[in-house]
Amino acid sequence: MADPIIRMVDIEKHFGRVIALAGVTLEIFPGECHCLLGDNGAGKSTFIKTMSGVHKPTHGEIFFEGQPLHFDDPRDAITAGIATVYQDLAMIPLMSVSRNFFMGNEPLKRIAGFPFFDHARANTVTMEEMRKMGINLRGPDQAVGTLSGGERQTVAIARAVYFGAKVLILDEPTSALGVRQTSNVLATIDRVRKKGIAVVFITHNVRHALAVGDRFTVLNRGKTMGTAMQGEITPEELQDLMAGGQEMAELEGSLGGTV
Amino acid sequence: MTDTATPDTSDERVKEMSAFRKALIRPELGGICGTIIVFLFFALFAHDSGMFNSQGVMNWSVVSAQFMIIAVGACLLMIAGEFDLSVGSMIGFAGMMIAIFSVTLSWPVWMAILVTFALCLALGALNGFIVIRTGLPSFIVTLAFLFILRGFTIYFPQTIERKTIIGGVKDAAEGDWLAPIFGGKILTGLFQWLGDNGLIAVFERGTRAGEPVVDGIPMLIVWALMLVVFGHILLTKTRFGNWIFASGGDAQAARYVGVPVNRVKILMFMFTAFCACVFATCQVMEFGSAGADRGLLKEFEAIIAVVIGGALLTGGYGSVIGAALGALIFGVVQQGLFFAGVESSLFRVFLGVLLLLAVILNTYIRRMITGER
Repeated sequence: MADPIIRMVDIEKHFGRVIALAGVTLEIFPGECHCLLGDNGAGKSTFIKTMSGVHKPTHGEIFFEGQPLHFDDPRDAITAGIATVYQDLAMIPLMSVSRNFFMGNEPLKRIAGFPFFDHARANTVTMEEMRKMGINLRGPDQAVGTLSGGERQTVAIARAVYFGAKVLILDEPTSALGVRQTSNVLATIDRVRKKGIAVVFITHNVRHALAVGDRFTVLNRGKTMGTAMQGEITPEELQDLMAGGQEMAELEGSLGGTV
Repeated sequence: MTDTATPDTSDERVKEMSAFRKALIRPELGGICGTIIVFLFFALFAHDSGMFNSQGVMNWSVVSAQFMIIAVGACLLMIAGEFDLSVGSMIGFAGMMIAIFSVTLSWPVWMAILVTFALCLALGALNGFIVIRTGLPSFIVTLAFLFILRGFTIYFPQTIERKTIIGGVKDAAEGDWLAPIFGGKILTGLFQWLGDNGLIAVFERGTRAGEPVVDGIPMLIVWALMLVVFGHILLTKTRFGNWIFASGGDAQAARYVGVPVNRVKILMFMFTAFCACVFATCQVMEFGSAGADRGLLKEFEAIIAVVIGGALLTGGYGSVIGAALGALIFGVVQQGLFFAGVESSLFRVFLGVLLLLAVILNTYIRRMITGER
C-alpha cells in the first residue's frame, strides 16, 4: 500500500462555542476515491474547507505527502495541488468554456513585449481536454450557460486535473443532478482516479458513494464513525452510520425500506 | 458505468446554431443595428441640413466622443459587476479643481491637471474600497458620492470666489506643455490643405477668411478613440480582461480559482474616475472655465450608452465597442434632432424608448446565451 498523500490527524474546529469538528482523523491515498458521507450538519463542509485552506484547524495536524502543512489561504492549497470543485460555484455561465477553463490561469503570449491572453492556445487545449472527458463542444466560445449541470461539473473537474491537482475535492457534485448527468460525473470521477489522483467525494447519497468509492468515511456530529473499504460494508450499514443508527431504523421501517 | 458516459457523437437534441443566431448573441449587435438605423434615419430626414458637411460631422463627433470617454469607463466597471453614479459629479468636481488650482491658486496648469488626476483616482479607489469593504451595493455608495462631490463642487468656488463659475483657465494654460494634450487639435495642416483644395468648406469672409471651417481634430476625439481601443484590447485580449468578466459574472466562483476580484473592482472604479477626469479636463480646456453644474446627469448618460451597447446591468457581459457605438448613437441623435429641426425636448423621449428597447433585447440575448427560459 502506498503512503497516504494527505493525512489529517485529530482535526478539531471550533466556531466560537460551536464545536464543528471534534477530532477527525483521515487518510487519503493517491488513485483512490475516498467518499466522505454524512448528513446535513455532520461537519463535511467544515472538514473539506479545512483541507482546502479556507479554515484553519483549531487543533490537529495536516500532513501533505508526509510533510506537516499550514495553509494560509485557499491559494496555497491550490498551489500545493489540492483543488476543490464546489457544487454551484464551479463556473461562470455567461463566459465561454475556454475563458472559464483558464480563469485565473490564463495562458499568455507576448506581442511587442506586452502580455496578451493566448486565445488560440486556450481554445485548442479546452477542446482537447473536453474531448478527453467525453464532452463535445460546439466550439470553445460556447457559453458555459448552455451546458448541463453535469457537464459544468465535468468542465470544473477537467480544469482542476489539467492544472495539476493531486487531490481533487468534490463538494456534493451529484446532489443537484439527474440520473444520467450523475452517471456522467461518476464516470468522470472514475477516470480521474485512474490517473493516480486522489479524489475526495463528499455526498449524502449512499448509492452514488458505493458506485465509485474505494474507501468510505462517515461523519456524524463532528466525529468520524469509522472508515470502511469497498466490499466491507453494505448500503444499509452506511445509511445507519450516517443517520446515527436508532431512529433511522425506525423511520425506514415505516417507509418500507425505500430511503 | 464508464461506457455509458462517453458519447462520441454530439448531442442529437441540440439543434445546430444558425450563423444568424450566432451573430445575434454578440453584445455589439444592438449597437451595430442602432447605428445603422440612426444614420439611415438622419440621411433621409436631415441630409440637406448641413449635418453631414465637415462642420456638422465635427459637431456630432465631438458630442459622441464626450459620451464615449465616460462610456468606456462605465462599460468596464459594469462588466466587472459594479456601477458608478458619481461620474457626473466627478466631472464637475475635477473641472472645478483644475480651475481652482490653476486660476485661484495660480499653480502651473500641468500641475493642476496632474494633481486633479491623482485626486480623482484616489476618489475612485475610495469608492471601490468602500464597496468592497462594506459589501454594500455600489449603487448606494456611489449615489452618496454623487451628492458629496457635487456639494463640494458648489461649495468651494462659492466660498473662495463667491461665484459658481471660475474662468480664465485659457489664459493660464497659455504656453503650458500639458494643456494641449487635452485642449489642442491635431492634423491642422491636413485640414488646411483640404480647405485650400476645396474639399471642405472654408471661411469666406472675416478675419479667418481662407481658413477651413473645421481646422483640426480636437484632442477630445483622440482621447475617446484611444480609450475605446485601450478598453477593447484590455477586455478581450488580456488576462486582466478575463478577470473583469469573471469578477462581474460570479465574484465568488472567480475568487475560488484565484482571481483577485477586489483588486479588479477597485481598479475599475479608478479607471471610471480617470475617464471622468479626462472628460472634465478636455471640457475645461475647451471652455476655458469650470462651472459647478458641469457633468449633470452624465452618469446616467454613460450607463445608457453602455446598455445600448449590449452590456448587462447585472455584470459579466458586454463590449467596449458596443458601448462606443451606444455613445455614437447618443451623440448623433442628440445633435441630429437639432439639425432635423425637431423639438429638442423630444430627445429625452427618444432616449427613454431606446433604453427600454435595448434592455429588452439584452435580456433576450442573455437568455439565449445561458439557455434559461
